[in-house]
Amino acid sequence: MNARILGLAAFAACLAMPVYAAAALSDAAGSYTISPSGSTIRFTIGKAGGGGFDGAFGRFKGTIRIDNGDVGRSKVDLTIYPESVGTGQGRIDAFLRSDAVFDAANNPEIQFRSTSVTRTGDTTALVTGRLTARGKTFPEKFSAELDGLKSGTIKFHVTGKVLRSRYGMDVGTPLYSNVVDFDMTLTGKRG
Amino acid sequence: MQSFTNTATRYGWAMIILHWLIGIIFIGQFVLGFVMVRTTSQRTSFELIQLHKSFGFLLLGLIILRIAWRLGNAAPPLPASVGTLERRTAPLAHVVLYAFQIALPLSGWALVSVSTLEIPTMPFDLFVMPNLPLAESDAAESFWAAAHWYLAYAGIALVALHVAAALRHHFMLRDRVLTRMITPSSDGE
Repeated sequence: MNARILGLAAFAACLAMPVYAAAALSDAAGSYTISPSGSTIRFTIGKAGGGGFDGAFGRFKGTIRIDNGDVGRSKVDLTIYPESVGTGQGRIDAFLRSDAVFDAANNPEIQFRSTSVTRTGDTTALVTGRLTARGKTFPEKFSAELDGLKSGTIKFHVTGKVLRSRYGMDVGTPLYSNVVDFDMTLTGKRG
Repeated sequence: MQSFTNTATRYGWAMIILHWLIGIIFIGQFVLGFVMVRTTSQRTSFELIQLHKSFGFLLLGLIILRIAWRLGNAAPPLPASVGTLERRTAPLAHVVLYAFQIALPLSGWALVSVSTLEIPTMPFDLFVMPNLPLAESDAAESFWAAAHWYLAYAGIALVALHVAAALRHHFMLRDRVLTRMITPSSDGE
């Protein structure tokens, strides 16, 4: 099964970036550290009357572990530092860091710990886990798509929707949607 | 049954209710505006600002209604005891009061329209109020914030003068200028 997954991943990777060497795929399984330089964590919140509100987290860390024999046993851990939120508008950043939203001073970390990984396609998987923010933990789901694979580096495009009200961050609804759309590129480097 | 419209000597209920409703909301808005920019909690401040915007648009609607009503209903004449100078300046004072009632909410609307924060406006969470067609910029936001602030302080000073004048009519001149704005049921002059 592992070989098949890797074969399909290699196929997808080759379509996207032919430079990926098939030889590198044989050792895709393993532990990766999320590299901030190749990764982005962006989010969008819809606004009443149209348009959206975009932001990104500048600082985060995490690990991705691809299980050798069973994808379902793969694991993702991600820690985001909400202090690093950026929207391009300083007043909004200060608002988001304050106790109106993240309360970054008292809750310096947002954590995601995967609990299961289920394959949904040749290069896609559904990652279920527990998200903790402002002291509240709820199960959340994210879709991951393999976006690149080469020697020692694995790249995923991850999307998912989170209801912010559950984490005590309902300020501004219904002017701003309760749904936060996440769009992340996570690049893992072996080791 | 009391008169809804103005008569030759009295204000009708429509004008009386609009007058007091607008007066109370205006003073409430001044207090709310003062408090919301001094609140330390960012969340409370945000929510108070949205409430201030909601009441601002309610006020604008009531004022448009009031001016339309006033244009179709002549104000009753002043009591005969009112002197020539006051008789001549009273209409001007009323025009200035109406001008402030229109300018204040409009300047607030301009402020939210040009703000680089781009916060949508939903009066009482009922519907999205579009922005005025003005270009957003930090400079425009500062300008309209200052304009709104000065108009608010000038407006509240004008209201204080208006209240003082009404009290002078009631307690010193002992005429019916104040009471006719309370109920149309009193005896005519």
